[in-house]
Amino acid sequence: MNIMTINENLNAMPDQPNSAVNEPIVRAKGVDVFYGDKQALFDVDLDVQKNSVTALIGPSGCGKSTLLRCFNRMNDVIPICRVTGLVTLGGQDIHAPNVDVVSLRKEVGMVFQKPNPFPKSIYDNIAYGPRIHGMTQNKAELDAVVEKSLRRAGLWEEVKDRLDKPGTGLSGGQQQRLCIARAIAVKPKVILMDEPCSALDPIATAKVEELIDELRERFTIIIVTHSMQQAARVSQHTAFFHLGYLVENGATEDIFTTPEDERTKNYITGRIG
Amino acid sequence: MTEHVEILSIGSSKRHRAESRFRVYGIIAIVLSLSFLLIMVGSIATRGITAFKQSFVFVEIDLPADKIDVDDIKGTRFGKLLKSALRDRFPEATSRKEKKLVYGLVSSTAEYSVRDQVVENPELVGSRAGFWIRASSDVDMYLKGYIDAELAESQRRLNDKQLKWIKQLKTHGHVESRFNTQFFTGGDSREPEQAGILGAVVGSALSLLVCFLLSFPLGVLAAVYLEEFTTQSRLNRIIEVNINNLAAVPSIVFGLLGLAIFLNFFGLPRSTPLVGGMVLALMTLPTIIIASRASLRAVPPSIREAAMGLGASKVQTTFHHVIPLAMPGMLTGSIIGMAQALGETAPLLMIGMVAFIVDVPQGITDAATALPVQIFLWADSPERGFLEKTSAAIMVLLVFLIAMNLVAIILRRRLERRW
Repeated sequence: MNIMTINENLNAMPDQPNSAVNEPIVRAKGVDVFYGDKQALFDVDLDVQKNSVTALIGPSGCGKSTLLRCFNRMNDVIPICRVTGLVTLGGQDIHAPNVDVVSLRKEVGMVFQKPNPFPKSIYDNIAYGPRIHGMTQNKAELDAVVEKSLRRAGLWEEVKDRLDKPGTGLSGGQQQRLCIARAIAVKPKVILMDEPCSALDPIATAKVEELIDELRERFTIIIVTHSMQQAARVSQHTAFFHLGYLVENGATEDIFTTPEDERTKNYITGRIG
Repeated sequence: MTEHVEILSIGSSKRHRAESRFRVYGIIAIVLSLSFLLIMVGSIATRGITAFKQSFVFVEIDLPADKIDVDDIKGTRFGKLLKSALRDRFPEATSRKEKKLVYGLVSSTAEYSVRDQVVENPELVGSRAGFWIRASSDVDMYLKGYIDAELAESQRRLNDKQLKWIKQLKTHGHVESRFNTQFFTGGDSREPEQAGILGAVVGSALSLLVCFLLSFPLGVLAAVYLEEFTTQSRLNRIIEVNINNLAAVPSIVFGLLGLAIFLNFFGLPRSTPLVGGMVLALMTLPTIIIASRASLRAVPPSIREAAMGLGASKVQTTFHHVIPLAMPGMLTGSIIGMAQALGETAPLLMIGMVAFIVDVPQGITDAATALPVQIFLWADSPERGFLEKTSAAIMVLLVFLIAMNLVAIILRRRLERRW
């Protein structure tokens, strides 16, 4: 059954008009996700363009985080969770038997809802990823990676004098930027962000949003958010989910100004959710 | 309006009374339990404190050169020399019976301490030298005030003549109470005045070492596997229930198991800290697994997600992040388990660590006994002198326990990290 859908999807791919013009870096085709007997996502098709920010919005429990966790196979950790359908990264099926989930997660980084720095020094937080992937040859290279990552996350000036202090001692917003720096230190192609600002105050949120906009130049970002203003501010593409279905997806401007579906319209105007 | 307020205040005063009553109950409970603890520790301390002192008697002994072979001092029979010295000291003891009473004033092991001193100072040979030698337990007990001189002669361990001799020694300043180093540096003995605790302390320490080396890695690995690497399957639940059951199994059953498996089947040496530690490890294993699982569960899942999200494998996530964070809890649990094991007597009886062993064990395959077993053995001995030794041994056991708990606290403080 699973293989059949994949084949169908593969056959269907060339028919897409814009696929040759602008090859998506991440693509979901006919993705169904089940938690035990309960189906959380129904036949989701979504293309994510390179070097753009794609926002996944929708009411709680609509499956947007579930889809996000499909992209780096974080759902593998949940024993009762089952994913069918095709998810590709750069044209490669990420569920293929020869795909190593460790290398996949190196390419697809993740930032979580609650800042979760390791209870180690700021330096070690950043250096952990490069270390386990053997990305640097010596201390000087590692130092350079740490500095570059912190600079890109806009945190360098704030922490350069206390790299050996615990990362958990930073403020919430700084911790979240530390987590972003940690994610970009392994040079991923895609960064998944699961409501990265929901635990932050407005000022820290603004900083993170600014950062997301800068990171777009180098990385592809998929962000789950509950704040429609945030989706409107940071994203170029928006996908609206409702009860496990991808209802509508397109350029952010279009979704927010001229939604086609009644449900999208209601959600954006605050009538459901 | 006023009525309403009145009703409110009546209700609240009732509630206040209930609260203060509850507080009084709590204070009573704490005071009661603390006073029981104080009574226990106090009675042990007052009984045992005298065991740290030992009476010594001064005797001048002739060491004639013709009776001692300078090349083989160890082979000389110092008992004879000591006895003649005692006869010289108390010439009024003429009959065989009286001489025996004189010999009974000093420890029967005294000749060996005289020998050791002469071996150390061979130049004493051929002279008359004074020695401080251990008084016998009865004399020691009398000097410590445990034997009532008012009692009828037939009812006490020392008769009137002996009491007279002791008094005579005292007036000459030939009796001295000294710190009993032998108690801390010697092994067990049939003679209370000679018995020491070191053998049991070393036996306990070695057993616990074996126990820790076996049960800590096994317990932690089992806990890590059960908590991090398996899914909630039926088998897993059965294992969990059985581990909890194992923790409640009476310790003597583990002793029987050790006897049947380790001694009879595998033929390991009996009475040794090796087997003792193995049996204790069986006993502590469930405690360690349960404590370790609890502390693994307390590590926030966000840390695991963070590591996995960076591309760390399951093993890397577990060993780089989860285990270090759970380590303080695991160590605390283990040391609590070890403290339990330290006080265990029953399983050690089963595997023969109850034997009478004089030597201090040198390794884990030497026959040994353990602290709680030593307490049991001494408490079982009829001699009056062992009574204070028993209490003193309990004090040593408690100090050992407190030291272990201190180590646990220090380790936890050092390893604890906040997130």
